[in-house]
Amino acid sequence: MDLTWSESEEAFRAEAREWLAANVPREPLPSGDTREGFARHLEWERKLFEARWAVVSWPKEYGGRDASLWEWLIFEEEYYRAGAPQRVTQNGIFLLAPTLFEFGTKEQRDTLLPRMAAAEDLWCQGWSEPGAGSDLAGIRSRAERDDEAGGWRLTGQKTWTTRGAFCTHLFGLFRTDPTAQRHRGLTYFLVPLDSPGVTVRGFERLDGDEGFAEVFFDNVFVPDSAVLGEVNQGWQVAMATTGSERGLTLRSPGRFLRAAERLVELAQAHPEAATDPLVDRITEVWMQAQAYQLFTLAQVTDIVEGRPPGPRSSLNKLYWSELDVRLHEAALELLGPQGQTDNPWSRGFLFSLAGPIYAGTNEIQRNIVAERVLGLPRK
Amino acid sequence: MRFALTAEQQDLRDVVHELVERLCPPAVVRSAPDTPAVDELSRALAEVGVPGLLLPERCGGLGLDENYLVPLLTETGWAAVPLPVLETAGVAPAVLEAAGLADRLLADGIAVAADPAGSGLVRFAPRATLLLTGGWGGSGPITVVSLSDAHREPVAAVDPAAHLCRVGAPTVLGVVDDPRVVELAWQRGVLGAAAQLIGLSRRMLEMTVEYVGSRTQFGVPVGSFQAVKHHLADALLQVEFAAPAVARAGFSLATDSPERDRDVSLAKALASEAARRVARTAIQCHGAIGYTTEYDLHLYAKRAWALAADWGSAAWHRARIARHLGLAHTGTLPVH
Ligand SMILES: Cc1cc2nc3c(=O)[nH]c(=O)nc-3n(C[C@H](O)[C@H](O)[C@H](O)COP(=O)(O)OP(=O)(O)OC[C@H]3O[C@@H](n4cnc5c(N)ncnc54)[C@H](O)[C@@H]3O)c2cc1C
Repeated sequence: MDLTWSESEEAFRAEAREWLAANVPREPLPSGDTREGFARHLEWERKLFEARWAVVSWPKEYGGRDASLWEWLIFEEEYYRAGAPQRVTQNGIFLLAPTLFEFGTKEQRDTLLPRMAAAEDLWCQGWSEPGAGSDLAGIRSRAERDDEAGGWRLTGQKTWTTRGAFCTHLFGLFRTDPTAQRHRGLTYFLVPLDSPGVTVRGFERLDGDEGFAEVFFDNVFVPDSAVLGEVNQGWQVAMATTGSERGLTLRSPGRFLRAAERLVELAQAHPEAATDPLVDRITEVWMQAQAYQLFTLAQVTDIVEGRPPGPRSSLNKLYWSELDVRLHEAALELLGPQGQTDNPWSRGFLFSLAGPIYAGTNEIQRNIVAERVLGLPRK
Repeated sequence: MRFALTAEQQDLRDVVHELVERLCPPAVVRSAPDTPAVDELSRALAEVGVPGLLLPERCGGLGLDENYLVPLLTETGWAAVPLPVLETAGVAPAVLEAAGLADRLLADGIAVAADPAGSGLVRFAPRATLLLTGGWGGSGPITVVSLSDAHREPVAAVDPAAHLCRVGAPTVLGVVDDPRVVELAWQRGVLGAAAQLIGLSRRMLEMTVEYVGSRTQFGVPVGSFQAVKHHLADALLQVEFAAPAVARAGFSLATDSPERDRDVSLAKALASEAARRVARTAIQCHGAIGYTTEYDLHLYAKRAWALAADWGSAAWHRARIARHLGLAHTGTLPVH
């Protein structure tokens, strides 16, 4: 039992803090889920990359610092403490990259990872379809073999693709064996969005930003090198990513610790609105942010000692997503009529409502916890 | 950074777990305080060093810290041990050492009761030889009294297994008013209650998972119904996120962290809420069998309710945290 940081970890923290203090934009950037805001965020991403802060946990050869998981947590804490911009490259660096490290060929890693780290290739996630949401294995988009050309031809439609209208590449699941059982005949593809036959249509999310896209594939050719992992093994490859998506890497505790602190500061700034019942709720939110941090510290200890979280990453997802909603609800109550303007708290509130839906809905997470953590009977 | 039990702390946990599993089955939790089985349980816990766990070695104790207290009390909570373990192992050492009565701690087994609120109501009083009164919130004097010749009037209580008594006319053996000792005794009591609540919660969840996996209705196990699954997933979530806060509070006390008071309050508030939630869910998912005293679930639920409300309720500790956070709180903290 040791909850202290080593000297080298403290030095890492100090270095990150100093760089962030000098470089984080003073004025908040416009939303990264709009075309203009996305471009502004890319400038920030490239600045991060040049100073080697974009992907701290990756190997040096790909633009990282070989940082440990602990150092990554420290970096995230400092990142949110400094009020740094949202990471519009998140789906690539946090979801696709771990999968590439696990299943990619050396060539795929060497060509894709440095460009991803540098925010030159911008990746979106193409899993959901109009007919396949929670029931992801119901995917109908298909890939047909083109032996002559040495590759595959993709046809179908993806939807809810985050920032799809601004990205350059998509990683997605396509059905390669229509005769196999649902989970068996899927393959994981890496697709440049400028390929002939791809059409992308951006559309508005709840907050009015063009953060969603539909992506249509009409006989789109991709070479064999665009397959990640084995053909017809796409489900296994994809499930490796969902652990990252639900768990730690998508939502590190630093984000909620800082948000809860800001909520406490907001209550201190509005004593007239901070009634006892509201103070009690704000305190509870702050406590939950602490609990989330402590849970992840125990989880990271497990991970570094060789005990992977497995289905327990669904616990992370349930906790952070519900905490985020409560946090923003409390903030809007404090703000009263001011809360109806377009401001960081009202934006945060709208976005928090998506948390229980994306990365597997919370109902699905509860099913997973009940069946795979508690061991309740499936049927 | 390593947020997990050490090998020695795991060993202690395993030893205690094995001990209470063997010597404290539900039948022992239900038995009268003077039965031989309870004597044996008390003796066995004393033999592994429970009363002297936190007592310095120069006083004959093990000289260990709160990082050991947490796994110990989680396990005795899991078994709903019908003895004042948290009071004896957690609260008593610093107080009795300060009162020059450390030898009594080692002589009497699991036999120190506590009444921090000064309510006059004392759990496990029939077996206790000493009582510590006062010190609520970590301030004011703690009075050490002898129960040997005191009048102990049984009080009808929600948790019959705690043998609640009203204590009258005890002999005062000493008064401890060193603020540092009173504060430490209180914080250890709060931490210990939180740890026991985690153990109780885990026990109720285990019982419920087992039950809903075997009870069938409509031709299938009731645990296959999604409503039951989601209740239990939510209950587990509360426990899984409270337990690390309890472990951290142990570390904060062991290292004398400046945040220790805030951290024990966080632990107790989360553990109390979790235990209440689990108790309710467990009874609901059992159906009517959970609503009878013939089935064992109630033993754990009733202990949890008593502990959740004692040593500062969840709301009390949230109010305390709000103060630490500098949030204006208009009310004053109630005495209990
Ligand atoms: C902000 C946002 C960003 C997103 N970004 C992306 C992205 O970049 N790429 C991508 O591929 N997808 C993305 N998604 C889509 C997301 O993955 C899906 O919304 C999610 O998987 C749920 O699918 P669905 O919306 O079709 O809902 P449905 O599956 O139709 O579910 C509707 C309701 O039914 C419930 N339900 C369904 N099945 C069960 C069950 N078995 N048990 C209990 N309840 C059930 C659900 O919990 C939900 O409440 C995003 C979604 C949001 C909101």
